[in-house]
Amino acid sequence: MNVIATTDETQEKHPLEDYLRVDRLPHIWCPGCGLGTILGAFLRSLLESGLPPDKVSVISGIGCTGRVAGYINLDSFHTTHGRAVAFATGLKLANPELKVVVFSGDGDLAAIGGNHLIHAGRRNIDMTILCVNNFNYGMTGGQFGPTTPETARSTTSRAGNIENPFNMPALAAASGAVYVARWTTAQVHQMQRSITEALLKKGFSFVEIISPCPTYYGRMNRQPTGLDQMRYYRSNSIVRHGANPNEVGVGISGQIVTGKFIDVERPYMPGPGNGDNGRQT
Amino acid sequence: MGRKVGIEVSIAISEAVKLANADVVAAYPITPQTHIVEHLAELVASGELDAEYIPVESEHSAMSACLGAAATGARAFTATAGQGLELMHEVLYVASSMQLPVVMVVANRALSAPINVWGDHSDMMAVRDTGWVQIVVENGQEAVDNVLCAFCIGEDKRVLLPVMVHIDGFHLTHVVEPIVLPDQADVDDFIPPNEYPLPLDPARPVTMGSFGPPVIYPEIKKRQDVVLRESKEVILENWQRFGEAFGRYYHPVEQYRAEGAKTLLMTMGSTSETAMDAVDRMRDQGMSVGLLKLRLWRPFPFEELLQAVRDADLLVVVDRAISFGGPAGPFCSEVKAALYNQDKKPKVMGFVAGLGGRDIPVGGFEAMVHRGMEIAEKGGGEILETYGVRE
Repeated sequence: MNVIATTDETQEKHPLEDYLRVDRLPHIWCPGCGLGTILGAFLRSLLESGLPPDKVSVISGIGCTGRVAGYINLDSFHTTHGRAVAFATGLKLANPELKVVVFSGDGDLAAIGGNHLIHAGRRNIDMTILCVNNFNYGMTGGQFGPTTPETARSTTSRAGNIENPFNMPALAAASGAVYVARWTTAQVHQMQRSITEALLKKGFSFVEIISPCPTYYGRMNRQPTGLDQMRYYRSNSIVRHGANPNEVGVGISGQIVTGKFIDVERPYMPGPGNGDNGRQT
Repeated sequence: MGRKVGIEVSIAISEAVKLANADVVAAYPITPQTHIVEHLAELVASGELDAEYIPVESEHSAMSACLGAAATGARAFTATAGQGLELMHEVLYVASSMQLPVVMVVANRALSAPINVWGDHSDMMAVRDTGWVQIVVENGQEAVDNVLCAFCIGEDKRVLLPVMVHIDGFHLTHVVEPIVLPDQADVDDFIPPNEYPLPLDPARPVTMGSFGPPVIYPEIKKRQDVVLRESKEVILENWQRFGEAFGRYYHPVEQYRAEGAKTLLMTMGSTSETAMDAVDRMRDQGMSVGLLKLRLWRPFPFEELLQAVRDADLLVVVDRAISFGGPAGPFCSEVKAALYNQDKKPKVMGFVAGLGGRDIPVGGFEAMVHRGMEIAEKGGGEILETYGVRE
C-alpha cells in the first residue's frame, strides 16, 4: 500500500521519493540543518554511480545523522552509539557483493566510535564513510565533541573549548583511507561528485561534510541561523585538491580548506576473491 | 535550613553535586541524563564549583576516568543512562572490586533495540550484580538528598564502595519540582572530607587491580560481598544523620498506608507516586491494600522487607523490566527469593509494566492489584503477567 500523504494527483512525485521511506516523514531535523542537503546529494550520487540500489546498504550510528538510516529506503541499520563502522565491517565481510555506506556524525565516528574508524581504515575495508561534521553533539543538546574547534562554545564548554580537536581528513588519511575529501553543504555539486567517486572507489573512502547546526553550534558561536553558517562556508571555503590533510584543520573562524585530498590505490578487504577476504595483490 | 526553589530535577542534582564539592566530573552526553552534566559544566565554567571537568569520548571512558580520579583520593562524579550504563559495564565491576567510591546518578532508560530514550528499569537491572550500593528514588527532593548521602556512604571507611542513585528518565530528569536545596554550611557539616585510606601516591607506592589467581580470588569476592552487605548499617546511619540534620528521613523499604493491609503493592522509582494515588482509591473503597516502595536495591534489605510483609497475604510486585525467558521481573524474583525459606509467607504475584516509557496510570495499579487477587484466589496466571501490553 502506498502511504504517501497526498491526494492531489497533479502534484509531481519527488524525484528521490523511491529512495525515501516517506511514511517516516517529516524528518526530525531542525530548520537550517544541513542533513537534508547531504541526504539529497547522497541519493543523487547513488543514482549517478549506477550502483544497483538493492546492493547498497546504509549503516548509521546514533545522533542526528544517525536518523538517516531510518529515512532511506534501502537496506539500512541504525546501530548503537559508535558501532556503525564495526557493524559495517561484519556486513561487508559476510556479503562482499554489497556496497556498504556508513552515514554518521563526527561524535559517533570520531569519539565513541573512533577506534573502529581507525581500524577499518588500517584494514582498508571496502566501504564509504560519510562523516557529517557539525562540530558538536546536536541530538543531545549541543555538547562539546571531538571536532569542536578550540575556543568554541558548547553546552559543556561554556567558557570556550580548551582541547585540540580532530582534523578529520588527517585522521582518516593517517588511518589508511585511499580516498579522502572534504566539502561543506554550501558546495552541493562538488559534494555530490565526491560522494559518487567515493562510492565507486575500491577500499576505505572517507568524505567529511561540514554541516550547519544553527540550533546549537551556530547559536553558541555567533552564527545563529543556518543561513549565517552557509554564508560563512561560502565566503571562507577554498578548494585545494591534493592539499596535505595535516594542513587542513578547521578553526572557529577563518579558512575552510575543501577538496579531494587523497585518491590512491592500496590492497583492500575483502579482496576480489569475493568472499575469501583475501588481500588483493 | 536551605531554600525551596522550583527547579528541574536534573539541575537540582547538579547543584547537589556542587554542594558536595566534587573534585572531578567526567561526562558524556546521553538522553535523558544530559542536563545534569551540562549544568555541572556551567558551574565549573563559572567558578562556582572548583572541579576538573572532562568531557570524555564515551561512557566507558567516563567511568574509567572517575576510577582514576577516585584512586588518587579525589571525589568523582558522573551520570549516565541506558546504553551509556551498559557501555560502562565492565568498569562498574572494577569500581566496586577495587573499592573506589565513585558516585553516579543513573537516569533510568530503556535499552535498545529498538532505540528508545524513555524510561524503564532495564538498565538498572542489567547492573544489579555489579557490587555497587544502589539507591532508588521517586522524586526530585529524594534525588538531591540521596546524592548528598551517597558521598557519605561510599566514602565511609567501613564501606569504600561506589554508589548509584537511580532516578527515572524524563519522569524525574525533565520535570520541574519544588525542591529544598540545603545550605552549603549544613552540607559541609554533613559530608565529611574524603579521606581515602590508600590513594595512589608516589610517596607511598601501592598497586591496584593486579592479578588475582584462584588461590586468592574467591576470598576477595567473598570479602567484597561481606562489605556490601555490611554497608547497610552505614546507609541506615547516614539516612538517620541526614534526617536529624535536614528533617527528611529515608528507609530501605518505605511504607504507605501499609499497616494491617492484606494486599501490598510493591514498586520502585517514580511510579510509586502514582501507586500511592491508587492505594488511596482502593482504601476509599474499603479494600485492605497498602504500598511498599523499595528505596534500597543493593544491598537488598532482607530484614526490612520480611518485617514489612509479615501481616500480608498477597504481594503484587510491579517491575519495569523483563528478565527474558526467566521468572517474570527481576524485582519480583528478588522478593520471592527473600521469602522462600520463611515458614509464613504471602503469595507473590509479579507484573511487568511501563516498559520504554509506557505510562502506568492510577487505574493500572488498581487493575494489577485486582488481577493479582484474582490469580491468588483462583489460580492460573501466566509466568509473565503484563499490564498495558497489546497482544
